[in-house]
Amino acid sequence: MEYRNVLTTCPYCGTGCALYLQVLDGSVVGTLPVKGHPISEGALCIKGWNAHGFIHHADRLTKPLIREQGQFREAGWDEAYNLIADRFSSFKSDFGPDSLAVLSSAKCTNEENYLLQKFTRAFLGTNNVDHCARL
Amino acid sequence: MTNSVLDLEEADCILITGSNTTEQHPIIGTRILRAHEERGAKLIVADPRRIQMAIHADLWLRQRPGSDVAWLNGMMNIIINESLADEEFIANRTEGFEEVKEAVARYTPDVVERISGIPQEELRQAALMYGQAERAAIVYAMGITQHTSGVDHVKACANLAMITGNLGRAGTGVNPLRGQNNVQGACDMGALVNVYPGYQVVTNPEFTQKFEEAWGVTGCSDKVGLTVTEMIDAAERGEVKAMYIMGENPVLSDPDSNHVIEALQALDLLVVQDIFLTETAELADVVLPGCSYAEKDGTFTGTDRRVQLVRQAVPPIGDSKADWVIICELAQRMGARGFDYASPAQIMEEIASLTPIYAGVSYQRLEEQGFLQWPCRTAEDVGTPYLHEGQFTRGLGKMHVVEYQDPAEMPDDEYPFMLTTGRNMFHFHTGSMTRRSAKLEQESPEGYVEVNPEDAAELGVSDGEQVKLLSRRGEIQAKAWVTDRVPRGLVFAPFHYAEAAANVLTNPALDPQAKIPEYKVCAVRLEAA
Ligand code: SF4
Repeated sequence: MEYRNVLTTCPYCGTGCALYLQVLDGSVVGTLPVKGHPISEGALCIKGWNAHGFIHHADRLTKPLIREQGQFREAGWDEAYNLIADRFSSFKSDFGPDSLAVLSSAKCTNEENYLLQKFTRAFLGTNNVDHCARL
Repeated sequence: MTNSVLDLEEADCILITGSNTTEQHPIIGTRILRAHEERGAKLIVADPRRIQMAIHADLWLRQRPGSDVAWLNGMMNIIINESLADEEFIANRTEGFEEVKEAVARYTPDVVERISGIPQEELRQAALMYGQAERAAIVYAMGITQHTSGVDHVKACANLAMITGNLGRAGTGVNPLRGQNNVQGACDMGALVNVYPGYQVVTNPEFTQKFEEAWGVTGCSDKVGLTVTEMIDAAERGEVKAMYIMGENPVLSDPDSNHVIEALQALDLLVVQDIFLTETAELADVVLPGCSYAEKDGTFTGTDRRVQLVRQAVPPIGDSKADWVIICELAQRMGARGFDYASPAQIMEEIASLTPIYAGVSYQRLEEQGFLQWPCRTAEDVGTPYLHEGQFTRGLGKMHVVEYQDPAEMPDDEYPFMLTTGRNMFHFHTGSMTRRSAKLEQESPEGYVEVNPEDAAELGVSDGEQVKLLSRRGEIQAKAWVTDRVPRGLVFAPFHYAEAAANVLTNPALDPQAKIPEYKVCAVRLEAA
């Protein structure tokens, strides 16, 4: 048995509470509050206490999916990347960069948001990048 | 937030409006209640619903949804008449006061009562309580912003803080509470249509040149892009051909769901990257499995501009990949250069080099110190707990005249109720994570609508019975929660539940500036189901 606590930041609201994810043999099995954290001071709300609840859910997507004749089928990463790359490139050349639009995510990290807007602006060539700040 | 979560505890008076703090930001709610109960800070709550905070408050103003400009202007009217304005602060640090003074003079307590339903005496007490406090903080959330006049509501809050000198000190400020863990960060990183990271506008050629040079490209667009709601419309018209959606679920989160679904179906290509097959992913042509926060390193920026680490606890599930890895691999596949990072720490180095407010942020410092609050401009800068100390970013603080306007869709004979939407304590946003968390789902397993007891009696609906809600855009069915949390004529529905999706009903009318939809007011009809 291997057990660790991993210090991280709550994935729910913007308060910014810290929490420990309890990791047992490679699975997240629970959440613990962090006493010394300036914001959460050893407390969590009910969502924070359950921040591990969905991580290993059976519904997690584990493979790329491609729609074929109305149905999803599993695909490899290469096939999925190639399909997206081909089609995005042809839309860009046929209809211009503003025919493409990207939604980034308030759930993803700063680094991921940075990269997605960089990809959209530097490579796709459009400012059609937004996220649900208003929603 | 202009200030920090921590220094809310130094306030002598806290005015909360449009924030159900104890349910949506419970740990901030606890702090506010502690300031109120242990330190005797005065608590004013302005909210149409009798939320928990309203029960604790010294004063609870029950305004009509969407009437916030009126009562905020009314508070200023009283504060100015009672000579409670901070003349020194106004003279030294602001501009535009005379115009605002003239405008709010028309918002006398009787006018405000007619528009907002707030009794004159209560408004007066609130104005005195806020105006007399040495340090007063305003706390708000989406109840202020999600209106066609949302920007005006925010400006009115800022005016109120400025005329009383409540900015630039601990325990004061105008403090929006961000609903999602990293909305602040996504904005800071430029996941917005008009700015590069650090709010450097795309229409300024200097910034465009700076980023083009750093990224080794030419041809970055100087045209402001389409916002979420505009993308949906453009997709429906066939102008946007392909969309790439990472970790968002507009089918449930955007107003007028039926319209969103039609628009997404009209796309030639929809790519969705997410951890679950959300209602939006179900419409996709390609779905890419991303990772949850537990499977990657990175940073989130909290509502008080606090940058903190996210640490990987377990490896990616199945063949899923961290979202940053997916973006890099796809970009490289398409021939883009500059997407070969070894780690998120290295990405942060690039962010810091291009984003002045993050220039002093690094993983090493975050490891050592736990957090940094931006602006943090150098490796020595300890960060900024509260903004606007001594000076505003733009020099003088500008006050803007704002006038009350009706929400875009008011109740009428056909749709006599006002619907307002939001969240509850147990679920988060579109529920893709919380509804798959056994304990949370057990606490709140189904959609509902809050209905006032007298309205329910007239409709012949009892607590727990199904009701039908209809708007000009669609209909849903949900269980009635008969409760005086809502006043007569108002109903409330959370938007977490796909099977009773409140956003089927909501009005996609936008604030003209912020392009934020009016989730907080639309007209509906109720029928016993
Ligand atoms: S524990 Fe609760 S209050 Fe704290 S960040 Fe998470 S959701 Fe927000």
